[in-house]
Amino acid sequence: MSMSRRQRARLFRGVQYAVLFLALAVFALVADWGTLRQAFFDVEIAKALFPEVITTALVNTAYYTLLGFGFGLGLGIVLALMRLSTVPPYRWIAIAYIEFFRGVPSLLVFIALGFGVPLAFEVALDMGVTVMLSLGLVGAAYMAETIRAGILAVPKGQTEAARSLGMSPGRAMVSIVMPQAFRIVLPPLTNELILLTKDSSLVYLLGLSLGQFELANFGRDALNEHKSLTPILIAGLLYLVITLPLGHLVRRLEARTAKAR
Amino acid sequence: MKPDKAPDAPAPSGQAIEVRELRKSFGDLEVLKGIDLTVGRGDVVCVIGPSGSGKSTLLRCVNLLEQPTSGTVTVAGTEVTDPDVDIDRVRRRIGMVFQSFNLFPHLTALENLTIAQRRVLRRGKEEAERIARANLARVGLVDKERSYPAQLSGGQQQRVAIARALSMDPELMLFDEPTSALDPELVGDVLAVMRSLAQEGMTMLVVTHEMSFAREVADRVVFMDDGVIVEEGTPDRVVGDPQHERTRTFLARVLDPAAAEVGEVPDTGPHDKRVDR
Repeated sequence: MSMSRRQRARLFRGVQYAVLFLALAVFALVADWGTLRQAFFDVEIAKALFPEVITTALVNTAYYTLLGFGFGLGLGIVLALMRLSTVPPYRWIAIAYIEFFRGVPSLLVFIALGFGVPLAFEVALDMGVTVMLSLGLVGAAYMAETIRAGILAVPKGQTEAARSLGMSPGRAMVSIVMPQAFRIVLPPLTNELILLTKDSSLVYLLGLSLGQFELANFGRDALNEHKSLTPILIAGLLYLVITLPLGHLVRRLEARTAKAR
Repeated sequence: MKPDKAPDAPAPSGQAIEVRELRKSFGDLEVLKGIDLTVGRGDVVCVIGPSGSGKSTLLRCVNLLEQPTSGTVTVAGTEVTDPDVDIDRVRRRIGMVFQSFNLFPHLTALENLTIAQRRVLRRGKEEAERIARANLARVGLVDKERSYPAQLSGGQQQRVAIARALSMDPELMLFDEPTSALDPELVGDVLAVMRSLAQEGMTMLVVTHEMSFAREVADRVVFMDDGVIVEEGTPDRVVGDPQHERTRTFLARVLDPAAAEVGEVPDTGPHDKRVDR
């Protein structure tokens, strides 16, 4: 009633902490720690996963991701330039591509390339090619929009200065605009790499042989064998081993970009 | 006037820049309403006038950063408004300096000076760097070759930009309000570089608000207002003894802002007024 604003704020804060501690206490009392520990972190099972979970699964995840990212980046640059072209049909094609591949689930693309193409054309695509295309085709659509935004973010005066020095439009793009655009889009591109890392788990669909297992597949396989969630937890933590440093890198790059302007 | 010696460009005259009946519209807005202007070789011509008068657009039409709506522009014997002309080739011979410097931020000062030499003129690395260093020395920044633009002051950046244009060995230089974005105390260094360029005989077309520079360095001053050239002549005549009312009003504003605020136009002309930025 006669509480000051400061007193009211303090009381409200106290209530929030009280609710939190209460919830934690109830959980600690109710939970069956033995079962939980066995299900999520059975040390024996965890030990059995190494070293293959690193040498095969983690390595393959990184490999598939980089295949898709490399292809997607290349195609994304081409699409971004088409999107900015002064020739309307190039713009239309780029827009149609980007809208299509941003709109359909990655899962569908994997099914189409992994099962559809081999059945319809009676060709067996190489595993690496399938992964590269499936991840890259979708990634390219997102990266094209990012790169386009980066190119547009480079001030017009840069192109004017380059053209005034006698550079052709293409030369000005390659030597002056693109290098600056890439600095601008490095943080969002790294984010795209994080998304692709997680999407690489869809490779699981394609039916892999043991040596081709990536983290998700490896976890699933070990889950069947050990009847424990431990392998899934380990696989999840290993995704974090890739994605957390990348996320940290994004923040550092963003800070650097902010400082440079 | 000296005759045009360029063998590949049989010139109709020996002028550095010839602008005839130049018109430029942006949508419904006509910014240039029929400009005729001649700049002789070795001449320094300053274009003055209120903002929005079309002087920057005129300058940008000379190297075709703006496409004229009609009329012709001829630079060193080449008609740049001819659609069949390779504009990239003509631009190599025209140095351009911008109000906002437009240095390439991802390159060092030295690389800013070498990139077009190497990619456009196909000079070798060593030759390009030799020429770049000579031009950095010319603008007094020989010790800054490894600095990035962000590490330089505005005045230093603009001098690097001038050196960048000079590294292409241009036949003429265009300056688009080169000191307008600078803090007052940095203007002097840039003007000093431009003054020495003029003394070396460089052909210069300069859009500026620096009346003292115009009076001291220009061979001719052109006053523009509302898309037309109102008057032109020697600095002593145009700045010292303007014939048109519009010129007098503008000069009164530029030279003595306090007087203009109360709408006062000195009828004696601003001969002895201190130049005020």
